Amino acid sequence: MPLLDVQDLSVVFKRRGEQPFAAVDGVSFSVEAGQTVGLVGESGCGKSVTSLAIMGLLPKRGNSVSGQVLFDGLDLLGLSDNEMRDRRGRDIGMIFQDPLSSLNPVVPIGVQVAEVLQRHQGQDRRESTRNARELLDAVGIPDPDRRLKEYPHQISGGMRQRALIAMALACKPRLLIADEPTTALDVTIQAQILTLLKELVNGTGSALIMITHDLGVVAGLCDTVNVLYAGKVVETTERHRLFAAPRHPYTNGLMNSIPRLDLPRGTPLTPIRGSVNDNIPWREGCAFAPRCDNVLDVCLEGTPPLVDDGYAALRCNNPVSHAQEVAS
Amino acid sequence: MLRVVVRRLLQMVVTLIALSALIFVWLRSLPGGPVEALLGERATPERRALLTKALGYDQPIWVQYGKFLERVVTGNFGNSIRSGDSVAATIGRAFPATIELSVAALIIAVGIGIPLGYLAARHRGRILDNVIVVGTLLGIAIPIFFLGYLLKDQLTQGLHWFPPSGRQSVGIDATRVTGFFVLDGLLTREFDAAADALWHLILPAVTLATIPLAVITRITRGSVLEVLGEDYVRTAEAKGLRTRTIRGRHVLRNALLPVTTTIGLQTGALLGGAILTERVYNWGGLGSLISDSITGSRDYPVLQALILLAAFVFVVINLIVDLSYALIDPRVRVG
Repeated sequence: MPLLDVQDLSVVFKRRGEQPFAAVDGVSFSVEAGQTVGLVGESGCGKSVTSLAIMGLLPKRGNSVSGQVLFDGLDLLGLSDNEMRDRRGRDIGMIFQDPLSSLNPVVPIGVQVAEVLQRHQGQDRRESTRNARELLDAVGIPDPDRRLKEYPHQISGGMRQRALIAMALACKPRLLIADEPTTALDVTIQAQILTLLKELVNGTGSALIMITHDLGVVAGLCDTVNVLYAGKVVETTERHRLFAAPRHPYTNGLMNSIPRLDLPRGTPLTPIRGSVNDNIPWREGCAFAPRCDNVLDVCLEGTPPLVDDGYAALRCNNPVSHAQEVAS
Repeated sequence: MLRVVVRRLLQMVVTLIALSALIFVWLRSLPGGPVEALLGERATPERRALLTKALGYDQPIWVQYGKFLERVVTGNFGNSIRSGDSVAATIGRAFPATIELSVAALIIAVGIGIPLGYLAARHRGRILDNVIVVGTLLGIAIPIFFLGYLLKDQLTQGLHWFPPSGRQSVGIDATRVTGFFVLDGLLTREFDAAADALWHLILPAVTLATIPLAVITRITRGSVLEVLGEDYVRTAEAKGLRTRTIRGRHVLRNALLPVTTTIGLQTGALLGGAILTERVYNWGGLGSLISDSITGSRDYPVLQALILLAAFVFVVINLIVDLSYALIDPRVRVG
């Protein structure tokens, strides 16, 4: 049994006077214990909403969540507010995108780490502070004794993200969700944070869901990758297979948008045409069709099914053929 | 921190000197004056000249001001023209009454305003929120004297729930220690006197509290709404913290920053409201003293001292607010 099994998860936002909008539309994927799974896609494809739905952190009003989120076989969506509260931070930790705004500006770093331990492990102030110090040390924050008393504005961006990681991992959760943890950081710091995450995940045996739009992050970290487009999974495969032969035209487009050092200088990048807003509703066809180079008539006749051929699961009528590409 | 305090105190001295000059000139530019007030309209010019000279008002205004400053520096504000008592004693009698009223009003405004604003924010867009928002609008819009007389008419004359005026019932012989009647009753263990003073205090305090209560409620509501949408509140939720911890440590602590500033400003406004409230309820504090000193006798020495005192209190309160702001928000702690 996988550690986390997301089945047919949908999140529909409803606003008065507006069409309901399915930000997440029947997403299924699973995470084995200790595994690192990527959720990849551009802004607005539903990856963050998926993670918030798993955590039970979506606003209580204005949306409806359906499907199942089985954690150890237990459906998290069926839990009460308090039952979910007991699990967050203890069984599932989460790291967010912008470390400065994700930290409380008026509470010292040490308290923000220690409060997780006090809440879930019943530690008193002294014990939790001592452990918070060790956690800060473990995530590579220099001079942890001083940092405990400092406030978020007093430490650097990289250190803030490290502090957030310390908070998320304080109770050694079995699953860690990282929502674009490196987006707001400098490139050099990005690499450090990714290395740290990798080490910590390997060390504690936590599973990791890595949410990103950056295929470089995927290449360095993930075992399996789910590519999302307009709220649906369009390709799920193992990392090496994805990079060797991206078969969905969208995935392929993402790959081609990465600058490459092995091509001659001046070779233009091939971006994906249009933007994520240029899509059609899934029920009328493939949402990616308006931007796709491989589009066929059948692509505009209803949702293509997700077909798993044992090598990869793919939602496409006319996938990219790599034999062809090599020949040409 | 100490440097900030010292700098602010120096600024305060400059402010007060400038203000005192302004009051001095302004008071004397008003038609009428203490001489007319004391002697009446039919006094002979000779008697007027005599009194003017005796009071020192025949000298050029800068000389008068210089003498005033000289006395102020030594802590002597002179004597009341109306009663002949020293200004310090006159104000000293009225001061505790106003402070007691203002503190009570502030306790009501803060004690109810913050929870109410928080409640409205939690129920944003629902009936409770709408009721509270409309209520605050009424609270801001309704004039103090109108509300005062309304409450007084309805609750004292019709229903006899509260006494109509004064600070203590006739016939209660309470020992005075501080001049704060409720506090005095508690200190001397004369609990019936304390209860009686409290009973007198409620209506005026509620009347005076309405505007600050409404303002604090609205600011709290807006501020809480803003903080609820902050990323760090989501982080706190992701940590699975108890609702109590999230509300107290993560939401309120941040949401109260702008509220602190508002409380300071409203405390200043309370002094103005106190004048009206004290009049309605015959309270006998600084407000009554100010209006008596203006309308009755143009009591320059008392008025000058009163306005300076009010300005002093206002500046000190805002200093306290700024310092407490620095206590709550580490980002503004500068050397």
